[in-house]
Parts: sequence; C-alpha cells; structure tokens
Amino acid sequence: MLETLQLLGDGFLVVFEPQNLMLIIGGCALGLFIGAMPGLGSVNGVAILLPLTFLVPPTGAIIFLAAIYYGAMYGGAISSIMLGIPGASTAVATTFDGRPLAKQGLADKALTAAAVASFVGGSISVVLFTFFAPPLAHVALVFGAPEEFALMMLAFATFVGLGGDDIFKTIFSISIGLVLSAIGFDIISGEPRLVLWDITGFLHGVNFLVLAIGIYGIGEMLWTVEEHALGGGESMLSEATVTVKRTLANLRELVGTWKTMLMGSVLGYFVGILPAAGATPGSLMAYGIAKQISSHPEKFGKGNVEGVVAPEAANNAASTGSMLPMLTLGIPGSPTTAILLGGMVIWGLEPGPRLFTDHSEFVWGLIASLYAANLFAVIINLAFIPVFIRILKTPFTILAPIIFVLCLIGGYAPTESMHDVWLMIIFGIVGYLMRKLDYPLAPAVLAIVLGPLAEPALRQSLIISDGEFSIFFTRTYAGPIMIIAILLLFLPLLKIIYDRLRKPKAQVQ
Amino acid sequence: MTVRTAELLMAIMMGIFSIYLMVKSNELPVGWIKGSGPGGGTWPFWLSAIMLISCCGILFNWFRKHGPVASSTKTYIQAHVLMDVGAVAASLIVTVALFSFIGIYGALPLFLMFYLRFLGRHTWWLSGTLSILIPVVIFYFFEITLKIILPKGITEPLFLPLYKMFF
Repeated sequence: MLETLQLLGDGFLVVFEPQNLMLIIGGCALGLFIGAMPGLGSVNGVAILLPLTFLVPPTGAIIFLAAIYYGAMYGGAISSIMLGIPGASTAVATTFDGRPLAKQGLADKALTAAAVASFVGGSISVVLFTFFAPPLAHVALVFGAPEEFALMMLAFATFVGLGGDDIFKTIFSISIGLVLSAIGFDIISGEPRLVLWDITGFLHGVNFLVLAIGIYGIGEMLWTVEEHALGGGESMLSEATVTVKRTLANLRELVGTWKTMLMGSVLGYFVGILPAAGATPGSLMAYGIAKQISSHPEKFGKGNVEGVVAPEAANNAASTGSMLPMLTLGIPGSPTTAILLGGMVIWGLEPGPRLFTDHSEFVWGLIASLYAANLFAVIINLAFIPVFIRILKTPFTILAPIIFVLCLIGGYAPTESMHDVWLMIIFGIVGYLMRKLDYPLAPAVLAIVLGPLAEPALRQSLIISDGEFSIFFTRTYAGPIMIIAILLLFLPLLKIIYDRLRKPKAQVQ
Repeated sequence: MTVRTAELLMAIMMGIFSIYLMVKSNELPVGWIKGSGPGGGTWPFWLSAIMLISCCGILFNWFRKHGPVASSTKTYIQAHVLMDVGAVAASLIVTVALFSFIGIYGALPLFLMFYLRFLGRHTWWLSGTLSILIPVVIFYFFEITLKIILPKGITEPLFLPLYKMFF
C-alpha cells in the first residue's frame, strides 16, 4: 500500500512537468472536441494523432493519447445530448435520456449530469485502478473465449430483457447488426463472405461508424425534419439557460443519484477490464441496471437524469478499466487501447507485467496522468456548457445542413470509401422508416460493434469443446454469466406468464 | 398507407432480406468442419435464420393485431411530411452522387445553398456565407490537420497549389 502511494507520488512528479501538463490539457480539450463530433470517437482521434506523438518521449506520448481518450469519453455525451447523435459508440446509452432532457429544455441539466458522472466514474475507477490492479488482472487472466462470449450474450440479453421494446423487433435488430458485422472476410478461413449483390465494396466489411452515423446521424435528422414538418420539433430549441442558480440546483439534484453513479462506476470499471468488452457494453449495461433498480423505471427514456448518470459514469470508468489489461497483460480492453498498445510497441516498450518493474516511470506517470486528466476534463467541460447550449439555440435549418455535412464526411473519413457513404445514406433512410414502426435500432449498433469479437469467441469456444455448447455452462465464470444472460433473455416471457397467472386471481378477488 | 400496412410491408421485405442473407451465407460451409470447428457461413446463417424467425413473429403479431403499431390505422407518412423529408433525402442522394464528379468542395456548397436558401428560407447573404465558410473549415480541419483526403473529382487540379502550400 505504502509502496503504491510512493510510486503514485513519483508518477505525479512526472505529470507536473510543464510539458506533460500541457499535453494533458491539450489532449483533454482535443478529446472533448473529437468526442463531440458525430462520427469521430476516441478510436479515430487516437489513431489519427498517434503519429504526431513521435515528437515527444513515450511517457508524454501515452499521457497525451490517454488524455484524448479520456476527453472523448466526456465529449461523446455532448453530441448525444445536444444533437441526439452519439459522438462515439460509448455514448449511445447517453442519448436514451440525455436527448429527451435536451428536448425538454433541460440540456444544461443533462450536460452537468454527464460531466459530473464522468468525473465520479473516472475518479472511482482510477482509485480502483491504482490499488486493485494486480489481483483484478489475475481474474481477467483466466478469462477465455467462452467467458468473453458469455459476457457479450449478457450485453445482448440486457437489451431483450430490459429494453422494453417489442421483443421480436429487438432480436431482429441485434441479429441484423451481427450479420452486418460478419460481412467482408471469414476471419478463420480468410474467404470472402456475404459480399452482397457481389458489390466489391462489401469486401472491406461494414464499419460500425457507417451504421451508427447512418442511424443516429442521417436517420435521426430525417426524424427531426419530420417533427418540424408536423410542428412538434420546436421543443428542441426551447430555452435552456445556464445560470449559477440553475447549475447549483442541478448539482444538488445530482447528489441524489450517488447510488446510480457508484453502480455505473464500479460496473463500468469491471466491464472495462475484461478484454473484448469495454466502454460500450459497460455503459449500456449500466443503463439497463439503473433502469431495473430504479423505483421509477417508467421514467427512463423520457428524460431521467439517472439515465444519463449511469452510462456516463460507466463509460469513463470503463476507459480507465480497459487500460488495466493493456498495461498488465498486453491484452487491449477496447479498440482504443488496442491502438495505444500498438503505440507502445512502436515506442519500444514491451507490454506485460514486466512493464511495472522495468518502466515504472512510464506506468505510474500514465496512472497519475489519469487523475489529472479527469480533473481538467471536468473543468473544461463544465466551463463550456453555455457554448454547447448556444449550439442548440441555432435555428434547426442552419444546424441541420451542418450536421448532414459532418455525417457525410464522418461516414467517409474512417475508410475513405464512397461505398460507405452510400451505405450510410441507405442505413439512414431505412433506419428512419424502421424507427417509425418502433424498431429499436440501438441494439443493431451495439451488435455491429461486438460482432467481430463475439464470433471468434464463439468459434474458439466450440473448437475447444469440440462442438459442445455445454462449455458455456460448466466453467466457473462463464456459467453464471451465461445463466444470468438466459434469465434476462426470458424475462419478458416470464413477465407475461406471471401477469397471466395473476390476472385470473385478481378477477376472482 | 396506414402504419399497419407499412408494418406488414416492412416485415415482408426484411423477411425476404433475411432469406437472401441465409442463401448468401450458405456460399461458405454452414456445418461443422472436422478439425477446424464451425464453417465460415455458420454464424451469419443462423443469425439470418433468427432474423427470419423474428420477422415471422412480427407477422404473427400483425395478424392478431397485437401491439400499438400492428393495430394503428394512422397514416404512415403524411403528404407534407413526405415532401419535406423526401426533399432532404433526395438532396443528400444528389450531393453524394456529385462527390465523385465535381468533388466534395463542389457538391457541399451546392447542398448547403439549397438547404439554407430553399428549405431553410434564410437570406441569400447568410446562405452564401455559410456555404463557402463551412467547406473552408472542413478543408482545414480534415485535410490539413487530420490529413484525411476527401474526394475531389474533376476539381482535383485546383487543389494542387494548396497542397504545395501546406505540405
């Protein structure tokens, strides 16, 4: 314990070097901006800016990239709330309640909640990270393919059991997302797979951003155009003033959500640690659980602050958590940490347990920088809330074409392919038409992100067990996770049976 | 068209799409391959099958008029909504089609001008300023800062002096 504190103190000395401090502040601001841009998330930001970091020593480089990662987690919430478009997949769950709040003219409340929850999530997780790293890394070490697959099943089951939407439509949405993610090449045999209508553009697969921007960018905007045509869209521009009094009242109200914040932080952190899980399922699971344990679950999706607090605390906690396996085991906990890992190799550092002894300055500098980045990100974020509110006050007919332009470029930028832009437009229009029929579309986006991880996990598990599905139930960790997933999957059915059984009794009485 | 009719059509179309995906998945082995586990088509095939089953479930609910969508007799898209949403969707499609010909910096000002002036009914002055300003900002941010080269079509030669200036 004392040794840990001493090492952390050394880390802070690294952080407070002027250059590193500037890198943290710059990284946080840049991350906030990148996160807020629809289509650009922490992955894009870190990937694009990685080459720039060769100008500074490895410790400075990882501090800068981690600050971008961190800032983007805050920033993702901004576009989720203000535009209804998740800035990154990690902020998908934030739209569920953040958007309704903004539409009710309470955007400042949602943004304050997101910033504070992110800060709490980040702070709790970084403390957990500091003191519980070694034993937790040990648990994650024994996780194999069956456990990973079971975890992903749990994420999907959360949607079916707790989503509250039409069950068939939810399952359809999950499946289509997973099938879309299977387009491209078969990962094991290397053969081209599902090249739809033999269009060669499908050979490089369907990037999750294409679906996400299609649905949440183009589709959402078309939806808003319709609301305007029907005369109901004006609520989007309703007053949302920021005054010291309002902010204080918002902060006071947030104190009441401490349980949800704590739950989101701890859950997000643990889900983040697990390889192949990360911030997106973490935030969605936190949202689902917050809804379930709430005394007013019916208020979720209509603008409940707890629905913003839970996923935002979780995604920041998960981003810290995902760095743990990256540093200790050399296994990335998220796509962003995968790129960070690639950077470490280029900088000549060997990821793994030996990093803690051989390059302790690097490791502890990074950990200490997370404390600092967390503080700077919340300050920058809170200071700019009035600016974000002003964005909302812009007339919709000015904001809309700008968002459309950002979507078009956001769809093009990740792969630089016109095929993807066309696909995004198609997803947008079809998504809009499906949304009008109450198809839930968030599960499809989650599925396309998790698909490339779920399929190898399933196939590897089945290879290990020689085709026996019992492998998911007989293992110490996979078993309980899978059983919870199945229970959640059948929860709606159990509810129907329960209601049917109760009804006759009620009638008799 | 009522919401109920739209629900039926969507479920049928998605059902057909699911069948197409199943057929397409079947191009790769769907069963168990000895020594290497499940074939490459297994995962998408069974997921497409689940999609098809879900569509059947939606159709089943449609027949028994179960749920708010399946029993709704409201109009799916009203005429004036179709005009507005259709105009936006069509302008997006035209813009993307123009990307390959006159490039992003030719198509975006046209799109912005059309949207701001004719759909948004803003002044010529505001529409014109934004139509030029936004593409300039995009050029600086994406091409100069992030080094993502956007499609230029026939306008490519015009950018060569700019590239020389910045790179």
